[in-house]
Amino acid sequence: MDLQYKMELNDGIARVTLAGSLDATNAGNFQEELKKLIGQKISKIVFMVKDLTYIASAGLRVMIFAKQRIGADVQVYLVGAQEAVLDVVKMSGLDTFMTIQKEFEG
Amino acid sequence: MTNRIDLHPTHSHGEFKLRAGKPLPFGATLVPGGVNFSVFSRYATACSLVLFKKHAAQPFAEIPFPREFRTGNVFSMILFDVDYENIEYGYRMDGPYDPENGHRFDKEKILLDPYAKLVSGRDVWGKEPDWNNIFPHRGQILADDFDWEDDCQLEIPFEDLVIYEMHVRGFTAHASAKVKHPGTFAAIRDKIPYLKDLGINCLELMPVHTFDEFENSKLSPVTGERLLNYWGYSNVGFFAPKAGFAATGKFGMQADELKNTIKTLHKNGIEVILDVVFNHTAEGNERGHYISYRGIDNKTYYMLTPEGYYYNFSGCGNTLNCNNPIVRNMILDCLRYWVTDYHVDGFRFDLAAILGRDQNGAPMSSPPLLETLAFDPILGKCKLIAEAWDAGGLYQVGSFPSWGRWAEWNGKYRDDLRKFLKGEPGLAGAVSQRIQGSPDLYQWEARENCASVNFITCHDGFTLMDMVSYNGKHNEANGENNSDGGNDNHSWNCGWEGPCDDKEVNRLRIRQIKNAAAMLLVSHGTPMILAGDEFGNTQYGNNNAYCQDNELSWLNWEQLSENAEIHNFFRQMIAFRKASPMLRYSSYAMNAAPDVEVSWHGTSAWNADWSGAARTVAFMCRRWQSDERRTVEPDIYVAMNMHWDAHGFELPGLDNGRRWHVFANTGMESPDDIVTPGNEILLDNQQYFMVGPRSVIVLVGK
Repeated sequence: MDLQYKMELNDGIARVTLAGSLDATNAGNFQEELKKLIGQKISKIVFMVKDLTYIASAGLRVMIFAKQRIGADVQVYLVGAQEAVLDVVKMSGLDTFMTIQKEFEG
Repeated sequence: MTNRIDLHPTHSHGEFKLRAGKPLPFGATLVPGGVNFSVFSRYATACSLVLFKKHAAQPFAEIPFPREFRTGNVFSMILFDVDYENIEYGYRMDGPYDPENGHRFDKEKILLDPYAKLVSGRDVWGKEPDWNNIFPHRGQILADDFDWEDDCQLEIPFEDLVIYEMHVRGFTAHASAKVKHPGTFAAIRDKIPYLKDLGINCLELMPVHTFDEFENSKLSPVTGERLLNYWGYSNVGFFAPKAGFAATGKFGMQADELKNTIKTLHKNGIEVILDVVFNHTAEGNERGHYISYRGIDNKTYYMLTPEGYYYNFSGCGNTLNCNNPIVRNMILDCLRYWVTDYHVDGFRFDLAAILGRDQNGAPMSSPPLLETLAFDPILGKCKLIAEAWDAGGLYQVGSFPSWGRWAEWNGKYRDDLRKFLKGEPGLAGAVSQRIQGSPDLYQWEARENCASVNFITCHDGFTLMDMVSYNGKHNEANGENNSDGGNDNHSWNCGWEGPCDDKEVNRLRIRQIKNAAAMLLVSHGTPMILAGDEFGNTQYGNNNAYCQDNELSWLNWEQLSENAEIHNFFRQMIAFRKASPMLRYSSYAMNAAPDVEVSWHGTSAWNADWSGAARTVAFMCRRWQSDERRTVEPDIYVAMNMHWDAHGFELPGLDNGRRWHVFANTGMESPDDIVTPGNEILLDNQQYFMVGPRSVIVLVGK
């Protein structure tokens, strides 16, 4: 299944909704999309991933990219992750640099 | 300043934009705008970079290195605008095929980069590979973006370590481990609370570098199931972690998973030592196949006979040419990489005596590789532990070239303690040396650091339960007619070969296990415990389970409740060791006054029996009279009676009004066999202690 994504920016909060599968085939395009956030005043990036079923290394790298390139002070949230996605995030240690929530609490 | 790019392409090949690369570092390295590929070969006449899309059967590109991209013996190239996360790479080398002169170039083969940081091809453990794959072990490019936060090497003093040797898969593969991802790095993390509770503070991981579990795989004559290269003492890629050990291996995230596991272990005060196998590779002998080194520069990487055959000091077909300067540097680069990029705390070198042989196989007195490692600045705080022997007959326990930095797996400790435990007479003298950290082996060199890693069991040989349950090995399931595995087990089955219903036999076995645990954990030096021994793990008499990826090898965690008393005994002994600084003393410094007064006793105090008939010995540790700590730290007295009859031991007197208390007595049934440190029980009789048959007592004077 392909990736569907949607990005909204409100009050410095970038809300990125992802559905489907974030893998090597679509991570590049998605990263290009995220690059649009560089230089904007952003305090939080919130990945809404309730409907994301699969994430591969390339996808995780995009999230790392978000943290590293959009701004060191930006807080990254991963919200509503399914178990399979959450597992990969935890095992690879990425849970330490994002806040994991069931519902976005801000 | 952002996105400044200093590099730009100067060459092209078809659609690919290129530039002469940087020869160093070797391997594939991300540089602004592209990837720098660099590979050494002294004798290759031509080289090309072969690129595959992930998992594709055929390469999508092959880019020859132009002459101007070779500097000396190094081919290097920067490839721009490459989707580095989705490619796999290898090299094709041309050169002479002339085995008599050591050359085996074959331009039909695609070769793995010896410096590959990620290797795909065996991504999921045990998944049958496609045998027609033209390039089964493929290099991948690793992004260098793991966030270590404030993590660093723990630098726990060597003498304070309690090492726990484990096989990553075997530790949690059994369903009884009750972890989410059995047999993986991630599952070790789930077991950290258990490890902390046990009290160990160092994991020694059996090989985690890339190996091929399907190497030499065959069917078991006993069960008919496929036997795999389960242990992995056979290297495919020295720099790359084994993907099949990672739950995320199928996503190519094995490096992150291992790093995260190490980081979490460090957070919990547990060091990580890797078992590294630099003595041979998985390419085998003349009849072996091409993976990497053989096709890249056979003559440099391997020790060859004058006729061009492979020397076999490893017992595995070939011998890595460790004291060739190129190979030596590769080993150094590799160890530095594991330290800087994985925060590893130390290494145990498999068959390390090979690392001290020259290019013709002769042992050297000051092997340059071992010296280099001993003095390397980046490895400066690493534990370096040698398995100080090889399969070619070189045995260097006590004489391994150390420069004061190398410690050794003390094989003599294992053998002497085992003989003493089974009741062989005349070992009191040897055992007294072993328990004091083997000064007879290590004092001459005045090593200041701990030199002796004490162990009674390790992955090679019987588990502790099997050591007290079998007189002989039972390796039929390995398919080698029971001819593999050691015969010098010094084991005793306590009266019945294998599992039995006899209550007395089983009680004795448990007692012998406790005896072993007590002796190991009161010995000076660094103790090492084989994972599972603390709850009586059995391999049903198999003393060489290298190919048994099944319940024979996997730890059965149900035994934890069945053998709770063994587990408790180990746990309390470890706690006792931690609470007793005098037991963790291990300096051999010449002319320095020893820190601890160790005195030896027999059934009469101050009068040890060193005769050839002795099966008993006792010792006392206390601080010297002039040492202020003498009044703070309790005195320790240990009596070991390995005779089949009970013996009374006269206890040495105490000063300062101290009295003897019992910490452990293996002659007693659980729960009276051991207490928690600090809760020792005052003895009624302060002069004399009747030690039961084949029993050990540990007393404290306080």
